[in-house]
Amino acid sequence: MVSSQTTEQRALAVAAAVPDPEIPALTIADLGILRAVEIAEDGGVIAHLSPTYMGCPALLAIELAVTTALQEAGFQARTERILSPPWTTDWITEEGRRKMAAYGIAPPVPEGRVPDCPQCGSASTEKLSEFGSTACKALWRCTACLEPFDYFKCL
Amino acid sequence: MALSNIALDLIGSARALYQLAGETEGKGRDEDQLAFLRDERAYLNLLLAEYPNTDFAHTILRQFYFSSFQQLYWQAALESTLPELAAIAAKSLKEVAYHHRHAADWVIRLGDGTELSHQRMLAAEANLAPYLGEMFEKDALAGRLADAAILPDPAELQAAFAADRANILTRASLPVADIESRLSGGRSGRHTEAMGHLLAELQYMQHRFPGQQW
Repeated sequence: MVSSQTTEQRALAVAAAVPDPEIPALTIADLGILRAVEIAEDGGVIAHLSPTYMGCPALLAIELAVTTALQEAGFQARTERILSPPWTTDWITEEGRRKMAAYGIAPPVPEGRVPDCPQCGSASTEKLSEFGSTACKALWRCTACLEPFDYFKCL
Repeated sequence: MALSNIALDLIGSARALYQLAGETEGKGRDEDQLAFLRDERAYLNLLLAEYPNTDFAHTILRQFYFSSFQQLYWQAALESTLPELAAIAAKSLKEVAYHHRHAADWVIRLGDGTELSHQRMLAAEANLAPYLGEMFEKDALAGRLADAAILPDPAELQAAFAADRANILTRASLPVADIESRLSGGRSGRHTEAMGHLLAELQYMQHRFPGQQW
């Protein structure tokens, strides 16, 4: 099934390049939302997506964007939501974490640690609010450069 | 901002549960029909969940109680024999743990805060305490679901809830009264006066424009 594997790899590359609607500097592959693509028996492509948060309003936009991107690349496509195992910030790739920080959002750090300021790099930061502009972010402030910043919550 | 984010998480998990319920029922009802088009008596929610947001002390203490209960409930539901429910439980558990931490922090901060915030937390605790016992009542339906290992036996969660509540209320310098069961009936569809007002507001759009999507 050499041809089938090639199709799968090609579809994976197309889906993986879809940007996240909330953080367009990152792709859904960087964020670990895209779990896999599968070639169905009818020859169509099924993209498996894991929601970051179950109520995330971006999920519908992501599903549409993935379906559209695959269709434009010539595939018959649909998406499937995968709840189990649940998405975790551990699935964000190294590349994703680097892009996130460059975009001005501090990537998640383990419980009990504080994020570095994505603006000036200082480790002297404090939490302003457990919740932020989207379900996946909290609001922090740097006490060195005094700039507020988004922190991607550890989940 | 925190409350709207928490609400978003809860809507997300409610949607997943309603989708599963609609599929299981097999009568073609979708999540919107189940959420928006039932009569009051067909809603089997806890009375605590329909308690009005009178002031922030009530809102945040109710959030703490509900999150504490949910955290224990979803933790136990990880063992569900229904894989779809176990998956929803695993996803919800992570989100609820965050709600719990946030609400508990606020309960401590306000209970152990100024004289005024302490007084308001005392009033909230006195008003909400009669609703707590309902969470752990094991009625016939809960019994059947527990026997089939589909959902947890709520009665078995009470001890862990009591310990969590006592820990946080003590740290908040608030007295820990017994868990009472003075007000209940939500799980059999008998609601408080607040429910009619809630439904009137939340169902308005679907009643005015049936089946409308946007």
